[in-house]
Amino acid sequence: MAGILAEQLPEQILQLTYLVAGILFIQGLRDMTHPRTATRGNLISSGGMFLAVVVTVLWFEILSPVILAAGLLIGGAIGAFLAITVETTEMPQLVGLFNGFGGGASAVVAGAELIDVLSVGNSLSVELTTSAAIAGIIGSVTFSGSMVAAGKLHGLVGDSPVSPNVGHVIKAVFLATAILAGLYVVVRPTIFEEVLQAGWMPAYWLLVGAALLLGVALVFPIGGADMPVVIALLNSYSGLAAATTGFVLDNTVLIIAGTLVGASGMILTVIMCESMNRSLANVFFGGLGTGGGGESDEEMDAIYEGNISQTSPEEVVMLLETANRVVIVPGYGMAVAQAQHAVAELVELLDEHDVDVEFGIHPVAGRMPGHMNALLAEADVPYEKMRELEEVNPNFSQTDLVIVCGANDVVNPRANEEDGSPISGMPILNVTEARHVVVNKRSLSPGFSGIANPLFARDNTSMLFGDAKESMQELVNEYKEATS
Amino acid sequence: MTFVENLTLFVLSAFVGYEIITKIPTNLHTPLMSGANAISGITLLGSVVVAGSGSTTLATALGFVAVVMATVNVIGGYLVSHFMLSQFSQRGR
Repeated sequence: MAGILAEQLPEQILQLTYLVAGILFIQGLRDMTHPRTATRGNLISSGGMFLAVVVTVLWFEILSPVILAAGLLIGGAIGAFLAITVETTEMPQLVGLFNGFGGGASAVVAGAELIDVLSVGNSLSVELTTSAAIAGIIGSVTFSGSMVAAGKLHGLVGDSPVSPNVGHVIKAVFLATAILAGLYVVVRPTIFEEVLQAGWMPAYWLLVGAALLLGVALVFPIGGADMPVVIALLNSYSGLAAATTGFVLDNTVLIIAGTLVGASGMILTVIMCESMNRSLANVFFGGLGTGGGGESDEEMDAIYEGNISQTSPEEVVMLLETANRVVIVPGYGMAVAQAQHAVAELVELLDEHDVDVEFGIHPVAGRMPGHMNALLAEADVPYEKMRELEEVNPNFSQTDLVIVCGANDVVNPRANEEDGSPISGMPILNVTEARHVVVNKRSLSPGFSGIANPLFARDNTSMLFGDAKESMQELVNEYKEATS
Repeated sequence: MTFVENLTLFVLSAFVGYEIITKIPTNLHTPLMSGANAISGITLLGSVVVAGSGSTTLATALGFVAVVMATVNVIGGYLVSHFMLSQFSQRGR
């Protein structure tokens, strides 16, 4: 395995270059801690990747440069095409898709390395087979899980969660199969050596197959609103798969980079879970809002009946004209209706008229971590206006008007006020403390939790029914008219 | 490199990652994810080694598939992050 460079330079040079690449990844992430330096951080990180790939290609003997170049070109073209043509609203599924490819590549590499070592007659070390088995399982689960998640986010796979309990046995069978096949690859029982030796590679592919099915079974029952957790966790897995591949190939930069990604995804996963006051196990196996968790129409009517006051864009503009401080709470409804540009225009108008206006963004609003922030940034909203839950909550009592745009469960006061509801204990935006709340929604239908939202029935709440984009545009037009 | 040396690297990287990533603001979580995503495409290195050194046709073919998948991940992830981040910095002062 010696290429042009390897014949002339000591191996330390390769290792040192990997160290430099690792440093670039870490510095790149450090720059991501501030929006001003984040673009530079991304470039630094991609520089690290470029360096690592180039040195690897030059170092190792490349038997088939044509095949390699073709692979790089095809992959690069597909990736660039998808990245350039994607709409911001389709971002969650694209992130999921890319994720899956990373995981899938790890599983395939581990398999190819096993074949490679076996074919040249080298003995397989326990470390190698163990790492390969782990990379195979994690990589395959990441691949199929990400594909299902992306399919769901894109609306290709139905989002009516089946009862989560049905699948538990199936999941256990797939997991057991994958682990047993993994153990077989690792232990390689020597009895009947002649016969069983042929079974090592099929055992690896059995492992991959079972893990692929496991990924599907795990993600399929999970509903849309839990996707931020799923996407973040799969992100973490794709990193861990890369790190494990690093163990297989004895490659330091793979371990460093993979671990950084693993940590990043894991932290986001924990943040998402805490923001819903749910455990990871509950997200994957509990199935919120499915199988009896929801409330019947009668129960909802009891809360809503006679207590809903409907408003019009004209009335909302009257409230806006007298308001000193306005907070806008965006939710997935804003993303679906692609209302972010209309919302941004409204904010700009209010800003011009010296109204103190901010966004209150719940961590799990939308379909991936930071989804609302990314959408609003696309619509040119300055990032100083995007406030996190902890920052905005203390100031609701001094707020004249809250406009809830396509959000529901994240503003449901039942999270604070009663025990035993599916969202009890979940941190919410305390919009009820504001003088007025206007909720823009298409109907009174419940959010993902499947329960009624008493906020809608409060005295200081009025409902602005309609599509988020149209409603926000009407507000903009009315406000322009009223203030001109 | 021994297994223990690799493990040392893994554990230390995990701590570094934890320290840095907890400091990244919510605003940047989506670009962080797609950027991290691109980094996880580092498996590309593994694919390159295997596709290059592949001594059997099957290993080479698998290596090729892995190269394509990992490159989609790397190029796509970095580009998506870049576009998103440039939207943040446009108005960011």
